[in-house]
Amino acid sequence: MTSGLELSHFTAALIFALCASVVFGICLRPLEVDPKTGKDNPLPMIKYGAYCFAMFVGGVILAGWVMWLLKR
Amino acid sequence: MANATKTQNGAPAKSAPAAKIQSPPFTAQQAGIIAAAWLLPGAGHLIQKRWIRGFLLMAAIFTMFICGLKMEGKIYAFNTGDLLEILGFFGDLGSGGLYLLARTMNWGHGNIARAVADYGTKYIIVAGLLNIVAVVDAYHIYIGKKR
Repeated sequence: MTSGLELSHFTAALIFALCASVVFGICLRPLEVDPKTGKDNPLPMIKYGAYCFAMFVGGVILAGWVMWLLKR
Repeated sequence: MANATKTQNGAPAKSAPAAKIQSPPFTAQQAGIIAAAWLLPGAGHLIQKRWIRGFLLMAAIFTMFICGLKMEGKIYAFNTGDLLEILGFFGDLGSGGLYLLARTMNWGHGNIARAVADYGTKYIIVAGLLNIVAVVDAYHIYIGKKR
């Protein structure tokens, strides 16, 4: 288990964001029932997961630019 | 003193609830769901036939944990030293079976010479914390609080 996985900082942040967003989307947003058809509607989960992913990645990019400005 | 729990106009005080909310008893099945979901990430959903969600949770948590190990992240053992190490242990413990397997196989020694190894340590901790979120979700589905 120590063969060594070399990831760039950004790739590591992307994998982190993807995995965390999947869990957040599933667990923090309830599955809704479509009132017209009576079937399960997973769209709110997908939307919330995509929102979390965008926030994670956006936060990483924003923090990167802030650090770049601080360094100058 | 008999009307100590009443307000001046005779209405019951807010501190005294009108009816006690009865919570359902904690059953062995509920404990089983929690144990299964903790031991194998996603199993709590799979047992309840939430196949897609179960497999997605399993894939996400396994990916984080395995990537963490591959990046030479550190697995914390039980300790009473530094506060961050104690918290790291509890975070790791959330992974359940994955943590027990890694400890049994003596994986996860960490490598301070590699910058990415610190990311690996955080990956492993977050995998455990995400599994705890998944366990709570599986429990809520079981008791009917969620679908």
